[in-house]
Amino acid sequence: MKRALPIFVVLAGLLVAIAVANPYFLEPPSLLAFVKRAAPLVILAAGQYFVIVSGEFDLSVGSLVTAEVVIAARLIDGSAAATWPVLALLIVLGPLVGLVNGTVTTVLRVPSFITTLAMLLILSGAVFLWTGGAPRGALSPQFRELGRGGLGPVPWSALILLAAAAAAIWVMRSGYGHRLIAAGDNDRAAALSGVHVARVRTVAFMVSGLSAAIAAILLGGFAGVSAQVGQGLEFQAITAVVLGGVALGGGRGSVVAAMAGAFTLEALFTLLNLYGISGALEPAVQGVIIIAAVALGAVSLPRRKAAAA
Amino acid sequence: MLAGAVLAALALPLAACTTDKPAPSAAPAATASESAGKGTGDQSKFFVQADYDAQMAMRTAQPTGPEGKPWEQTINAEPVDTAKYKKSGPYHLCFSNAAVDNPWRQVGWKTMQAEVGLHKEVTKFTALDAEGKDDKQISDIAELQGKGCDALIVSPNTTATLTPAVSGACPKVPVIVFDRGVQTDCPVTFIKPIGGYAFGAAAAEFLVDKVPAGGKILALRILPGVDVLETRWSAAKVAFDKSDLKVVGVDFTDGDAAKTKSIVGDYIQRFGKIDGVWMDAGANAVAAVEAFEDAGQPVPPINGEDQQDFLQKWQEAKLTAVAPTYPTYQWRTPVIAALRILKGEEVPKVWNLPQPTVTQENLATYLKPGMPPLHYALCGCEDLPGYPEKWGGRS
Repeated sequence: MKRALPIFVVLAGLLVAIAVANPYFLEPPSLLAFVKRAAPLVILAAGQYFVIVSGEFDLSVGSLVTAEVVIAARLIDGSAAATWPVLALLIVLGPLVGLVNGTVTTVLRVPSFITTLAMLLILSGAVFLWTGGAPRGALSPQFRELGRGGLGPVPWSALILLAAAAAAIWVMRSGYGHRLIAAGDNDRAAALSGVHVARVRTVAFMVSGLSAAIAAILLGGFAGVSAQVGQGLEFQAITAVVLGGVALGGGRGSVVAAMAGAFTLEALFTLLNLYGISGALEPAVQGVIIIAAVALGAVSLPRRKAAAA
Repeated sequence: MLAGAVLAALALPLAACTTDKPAPSAAPAATASESAGKGTGDQSKFFVQADYDAQMAMRTAQPTGPEGKPWEQTINAEPVDTAKYKKSGPYHLCFSNAAVDNPWRQVGWKTMQAEVGLHKEVTKFTALDAEGKDDKQISDIAELQGKGCDALIVSPNTTATLTPAVSGACPKVPVIVFDRGVQTDCPVTFIKPIGGYAFGAAAAEFLVDKVPAGGKILALRILPGVDVLETRWSAAKVAFDKSDLKVVGVDFTDGDAAKTKSIVGDYIQRFGKIDGVWMDAGANAVAAVEAFEDAGQPVPPINGEDQQDFLQKWQEAKLTAVAPTYPTYQWRTPVIAALRILKGEEVPKVWNLPQPTVTQENLATYLKPGMPPLHYALCGCEDLPGYPEKWGGRS
């Protein structure tokens, strides 16, 4: 938790800055709207954390989100009866894509950067081929409810986020969480001490796939069908994770900090928007954050190792 | 205020050199100096007063051409002689397409292919997709010149960069340009709907008409710096500056539905109530409508475009709405023009197609149940073979 402190300070600072520009922001409906908007990215960041802390990357989540939304719209086609079966299908499909990513990475030993980049291309190509660039069908009002509606004033997405965060924290405190970090820190040492590294990493990819499925359900619900819904989400998720102080290359960082990183990134975008800075700047900001975080990690890593020895 | 004065100074000489154009419908100097308190910001640097005036005049002009076939109609035609291109069939038509990467181009591309299918004398149709890349389109145009095309249709990806490529093709083959233009008059004909100013003005004038005086307007734009979108906003700005409405925000959505919804939600919270929404494109209009629904507020007057999802929402939620269009039926016209040129018949130098607006009165005629949500109603494709299945619809 101590490691997570800096990102919470940054997040608090940004929230104060937003409140200065827009005093309404601190009122409960406004804050809940912010949580609702951030929920998909926070859940994606939690999933991405599992992969990154194990020493890998998952670049496929953005196009997985798009694919899931487009598939859902086509299969549901506005019918209420199809909603629950399709939701179940989406929840299965996400981890399945993760299983393929994980297996190709661990068994065939293709670097995950390449595996998941290829998966990104395959999924976006398949979606384009299947839809011809314009998605068909429609999501039912029941499907949309999860991303649009709420329990009284509290959006469903905030509740789903809460459940996902609790589950992620619980898993990271379990034996699996310790083995995952060990595999990311030094996979050979972990293997020698009895950790099944390939299996542990594959499960991490499946968690990431599951997070993409949940994010897809929330995003599709919030704003409806679009062929651009997942565009750039993979880099937002990775930026959020490194912003939370999680080391690229694995072995260090907490899932709480990764999720706080996602909130911070969303707050930063909100602030930029409030000051009328074009959305075109968002990718540039993300790029700077990634480079800065990795550079800082490279500078401080040797010192930590020396301290450990 | 300073910006207003500079703009007025800029606008005056522009207006002065347009004496051969139709009479200006707006007094430019007055609108520019009034803009300071309206919240619309500075006028776009893409704004050209003469083009604006010409488009405003075309909105009320009577198009000529066959009734019920707007893709064959034209406004203010200046015919050019094409006898030198006359040759006997069968014909090989070629098409360099900028991209098929959005629903508008998808609908258009299917419509063009169906139009080609109507003409027995076209025995070969070669189309290359530039995938949204200038460099690919430049090499596509060069490649097509070696394929024995009888006519070359070009839908340029960007205006300036593609100009030399089009100029290079002109001496070898009759060229037809549509949608976006090029900076040369060497193509035999340039086909386009009236244009972006007419789009933006139609939406803004609707709001000026429907929203009570002093009402708060939110303007949503996709992104800055794109000529076809800048013209839409700049015409709306002119209309809002002349009105007694207050534009409380001009925001960019990146064409993202989730972002659109968030922005509208933020404005509703900040101002308590928004009285009208102007949009430079319709793709995210439904998301904007939903933001009001989710906030538990009545939806104020809003504009969308002729996409099915918006028209459907309009009817179901009984919105006060309007939908200016940038009709996809313009994809039929280049094929028709190519065949006229090859038969030596006259075509207009600039083929201005009518640009209808969907209103409450004609909504029912444009609403097509069974068509996919992102289908464009003004495809002019209903009489083409394969409709509706080829366009993703159900009969």
